Amino acid sequence: MQLLQQAGVALPDVDSHSALWIQGVIDALCDLSSKDALTGLANRRSFEMTLEREIDRVARSGEPALLLTLDIDHFKAVNDTHGHNAGDLVIQAVARAVAQVVRPMDTVARVGGEEFAIILPNCATAFALVVAERVREQVAEQRIEIAPGQLLRVTVSVGGAFAPQWVRSSAVLWMERADRQLYRAKTEGRDRVCMEPQVDSMVSAEEKGLLFAMTQLETE
Amino acid sequence: MTTTPTPRGTARTLAVTSGKGGVGKTFVTANLAAALAERGQKVLVLDADLGLANLDVVLNLYPKLTLHDVFTERCTLDDAILPAPGGFSVLLAGSGLVEYSRLTPDVREKLLHILDTVKPRYDWVLLDTGAGISDVVLYAISLAKDVMVVATPEPTSLTDAYATIKVLATQQDRRKIGLLINQANRAGEGKLICGQLQQVLERFIGASPEKGFQLNLLGEVKSDVSVRQAVLKRQLLLENFPGSDAAQAIKALATKLLG
Repeated sequence: MQLLQQAGVALPDVDSHSALWIQGVIDALCDLSSKDALTGLANRRSFEMTLEREIDRVARSGEPALLLTLDIDHFKAVNDTHGHNAGDLVIQAVARAVAQVVRPMDTVARVGGEEFAIILPNCATAFALVVAERVREQVAEQRIEIAPGQLLRVTVSVGGAFAPQWVRSSAVLWMERADRQLYRAKTEGRDRVCMEPQVDSMVSAEEKGLLFAMTQLETE
Repeated sequence: MTTTPTPRGTARTLAVTSGKGGVGKTFVTANLAAALAERGQKVLVLDADLGLANLDVVLNLYPKLTLHDVFTERCTLDDAILPAPGGFSVLLAGSGLVEYSRLTPDVREKLLHILDTVKPRYDWVLLDTGAGISDVVLYAISLAKDVMVVATPEPTSLTDAYATIKVLATQQDRRKIGLLINQANRAGEGKLICGQLQQVLERFIGASPEKGFQLNLLGEVKSDVSVRQAVLKRQLLLENFPGSDAAQAIKALATKLLG
């Protein structure tokens, strides 16, 4: 109860210990265990569950699903310069901005300090970059009031990868792939989107050259 | 003869694929199944080459019931699983599966269900997949825990095998891929080719043993006149020419897989 009160959860205004009241407590606890306290977004645990479910669904349906991972650029500097309260306000503002530009069926989660992730089920490959850019722009356009009259602008780097449309995969691997693109976005200068390239089955002339180097030597 | 019963939990699943067609993938799969059966293993070969299946031709079997009938619910899975010469079981795709050569959610669901159903009943499930790297092939491969790529020393076959391995390593995160060189011209050619493929993979996709990636040479089957004869007679090499070099090589492959 104390936990719920601390979290500021209002319980149904009915007899305590009635069925309705108990249901209210259960709902409130479920909510509490799946949401991030600061932003109200899905927390890491609930995000991982959704990711697993989506992997399974994609393997069966073949519908493309996109995972975006985001990280606020130079967030440490915000904390160092303006304090942790300002940092929290920035995180909340980014969370709101991201949630505004995705569909209701998408899952937005806070997966780490200044890290977010978005699962977009049934997202056509042609739209991946459009969606990711929209998220990035929405954040960049915001002016966040961190103190009366003091406005701050932050940017995010975004990495994206589609769920493989076959059976053999794991949530961990999917997350790793998106994170690799996020890392690329960071190293390429931040405030940008990097998407994983589509399946590359082309064999370049260089690859062929090396592949046949030895066999050719033998026949000579 | 008594064989120690293997605890039946779940079958080992091996996808046999090739990149290029016509390298003997189906021939190898069928004879490997016979070699495993000879060793007391309960084996099912699933013809996962939907659309262009030819396991029926290799085995000279013309069943009334196929995977097609299972898919359309005209018969049960058990009705369509047949005994093949060589002491293993087969589930043939048959012809007329053109409508399933596209990977619809329905096909995905059905293949998954079939695999889940047969796995507890066998020691080995071999998936004879189609050639190429279409989404159907990649999906069929993904149903198996292990994968073996069959290639011949021909440059076109090697190029396609390389492309397949590259896609499997990068997109399915396969850390262990088996390689079988078929129609080798001389002893040791398989080892040479495997080494060459490893070098190119390491150089271009960074897949090295240090990074936990292994391309394992599982076997080398030399060109052998008996193979051609068995193929033309549409009979198993292991039954017709059990003493031939090629049959011995396939038996060695089975031993390696069981090892």
